[in-house]
Amino acid sequence: MHSLSTLIRNVVPFARNSQGGVHVAYKKSTHDMPVVSMPAPKKVIIPLRQHIGAPCVAVVKKGDYVAVGQMIADCQGLGAPIHSSVSGKVKKIADYPTTQGMHTPAIEIESDGLMTPYEGLTPPNLEGRENFLAAVRQSGLVGCGGAGFPTHVKLNVPSDKEIKYLVVNAAECEPYISVDNRQMIDGSEDVFYGLVKVAKFLEIDTVVIGIEDNKPLAIETMQAGCDKYSKDGLNIRIHALPSCYPQGAEKVIINSALDLAIPPGKLPADVGCVVMNVTSLAVLGKFFKTGMPLVSRNLTVDGSAICNPKNVCAPLGVSLKEIIDFCGGFKEEPKKILMGGPMMGIALDNIDQPVLKYNNALLCFSEEDRNENFGDEYPCIRCGRCVTVCPMKLMPTSIKRFASVENTDQLKISGVMVCMECGSCAYACPSNIPLVQYMRLGKSILRKEAAKK
Amino acid sequence: MQDVIIAMTPAMIAAFLLFGWRSILVTAVSVISCVFFEWLVRRILKRPCSLNDYSAVVTGILLAFNLPVSIPIWMIVFGAAVAIIVVKQFFGGIGQNFVNPALMGRIVLLSSFPTQMATWTESGLWQHLNPANPNLTRLQSFMGVDAVTVASPLHELANYQGSESLSELPSLLDMFLGRRAGSIGETCIFALIIGLIYLLYRRVIEATIPVYYIGTVAIFMLLIGKFDLTYLAYQLLAGGLFLGAIFMATDYSTCPLHRKGKIIYAIGCGLLTSLIRVYGSLPEGTSFAIILMNLLVPLIERYTIPKPFGTPKVSRLAKLKQMKKKEA
Repeated sequence: MHSLSTLIRNVVPFARNSQGGVHVAYKKSTHDMPVVSMPAPKKVIIPLRQHIGAPCVAVVKKGDYVAVGQMIADCQGLGAPIHSSVSGKVKKIADYPTTQGMHTPAIEIESDGLMTPYEGLTPPNLEGRENFLAAVRQSGLVGCGGAGFPTHVKLNVPSDKEIKYLVVNAAECEPYISVDNRQMIDGSEDVFYGLVKVAKFLEIDTVVIGIEDNKPLAIETMQAGCDKYSKDGLNIRIHALPSCYPQGAEKVIINSALDLAIPPGKLPADVGCVVMNVTSLAVLGKFFKTGMPLVSRNLTVDGSAICNPKNVCAPLGVSLKEIIDFCGGFKEEPKKILMGGPMMGIALDNIDQPVLKYNNALLCFSEEDRNENFGDEYPCIRCGRCVTVCPMKLMPTSIKRFASVENTDQLKISGVMVCMECGSCAYACPSNIPLVQYMRLGKSILRKEAAKK
Repeated sequence: MQDVIIAMTPAMIAAFLLFGWRSILVTAVSVISCVFFEWLVRRILKRPCSLNDYSAVVTGILLAFNLPVSIPIWMIVFGAAVAIIVVKQFFGGIGQNFVNPALMGRIVLLSSFPTQMATWTESGLWQHLNPANPNLTRLQSFMGVDAVTVASPLHELANYQGSESLSELPSLLDMFLGRRAGSIGETCIFALIIGLIYLLYRRVIEATIPVYYIGTVAIFMLLIGKFDLTYLAYQLLAGGLFLGAIFMATDYSTCPLHRKGKIIYAIGCGLLTSLIRVYGSLPEGTSFAIILMNLLVPLIERYTIPKPFGTPKVSRLAKLKQMKKKEA
């Protein structure tokens, strides 16, 4: 049926364009594995920059004793505070290399293995908007979907913008990753607790939960919650999204669920929406209930090189090596290790990296999988597949040309800044052209040009 | 590209059944010379070998499909040289050619050797299957050596006076199955449509260009023929319209990237084809129409760049007002 509708859409003049996107393999072999907690690690290294913005400043000293949930670094300006994920002694505060190849200050904590919670943890005071936002800030939450944008900044909508909808992003459109799915099945209470509070303080009466239709169990569980919590003027509904990458992208999910288009350079708040990841809501819900801030992350550990793929709850700052060892170690020599999903994840060159707040998967692939879509780059044959699949309606192949000759005028017209680097174009390209990298090149050319002026 | 070759296989089989062994010979010579020139040029220019993308094979088959079966062998080699060396490799190889190489090869041959390129041979083997035909012996017809030279249906259509003058033309069923004079690959519409369905099924091409191209020609001919459906049917089935619309106009390198551009391009192809057929001095306009529209693709692309997602729609009036404001 799908191909028939495509066929018709191609010949009907002025037919509504589809949102683009690509059909990626499901591969979520961990989708029925509940999240298991890791034992207390020996030490954690907690980087002070786990969000968009400037690094936090440590509020503890070397030799201090800290407990789980105790704030160890606070942000100045854009950012979110960071809490200790273990109980133990601060061993040192020094610069560590990050996955992006830069250095950032980090706090190394030697764990006493007890995981004692911090005494000062109490459910926050949620009276009024100010207190609510302060509580969200105190939770240390950043966007758990992968962007790492501080949530308290996102929820602090300027008063001139009216927010009508809360969109809960539970699409989880990347292959392999299944932690959001488990969160909805095993922990929907936390999600709804957070959701109801957020809706109350932002004065939102319509909440749409976008879930890809390949997660029937999650939809079922969440539907029960919707029925339970839809009262007092609050209307919560589920929107089953087509299983088509990248449904989880902010602009795409708003368009799918509410039929609203965000203009280039604008934010969801400009069309009256706030988008929150389902795991972020669960973290908020837990924090509002118990006062325990964001100190651990659920990760899907999967891939052909992993012995026992699992959904793991890992304390922040624990090294990836320990997580892999917890999953039985490597079955084969890993050839590609990704932090995040196969479409947008960052390739790592070593596994001595700490887990960050916005990580959601750790994928290790052996030789065969790495070579699946990995080959020589061929010339562009102008087949137009990248144009068809681009959810932002760009022309990646033209942008590639403009970027490689540094044609700034054409780059500006091309709208390259709208690109969210979802990778659909590179996935669809039959010539193996690394289009995402060319898009990044185009963006950096424009940024340089803007900096000159 | 392998998919395109598979899609052309039915037409190749049809060509063999209709025109005999020589059609295979023409195709083979065309493919081999295209591949050879591709290899040679890449080697001389010290570029990486590009034979493994099969584009030279596709060009070779398409060029052969556009030639009459009686064409001298050396002319095929010449056409292949023009297509591959001049049109394709001089401009940077695959994806960079500004017009369809096979069509350009055909047009150069047509301009250089009009007589040989317009010597149509009544297709061979099928006549052998018809015992009522005393003219040909089995072997002769099979080898296609002594076939009867005839006028192409399009020549006759140019002097079309209404359905009573149809005696000169093959029946519509013959036209559909390809039992008529014409280039090797263009006559069997049935085989070409099988190829189209395969290409659509494999999502190699979108239906946009063939539908709009053939649709435009159909509407034009309907109006010109004053709603004479027989005339319309002959116009659609004759000449290289289906071959052009399915395999030539849809060539990735030489058609617009975006759907809106594709529609404009296909309608242009259809209009030019019809205009050349009806008002031009040439009986067939498909190849010229496609080449002309190929040249217009950069211009079409320029005006059909899709707006990035979410760009607010600005009416033309508002735009004018804005410009005036800026001037003031």
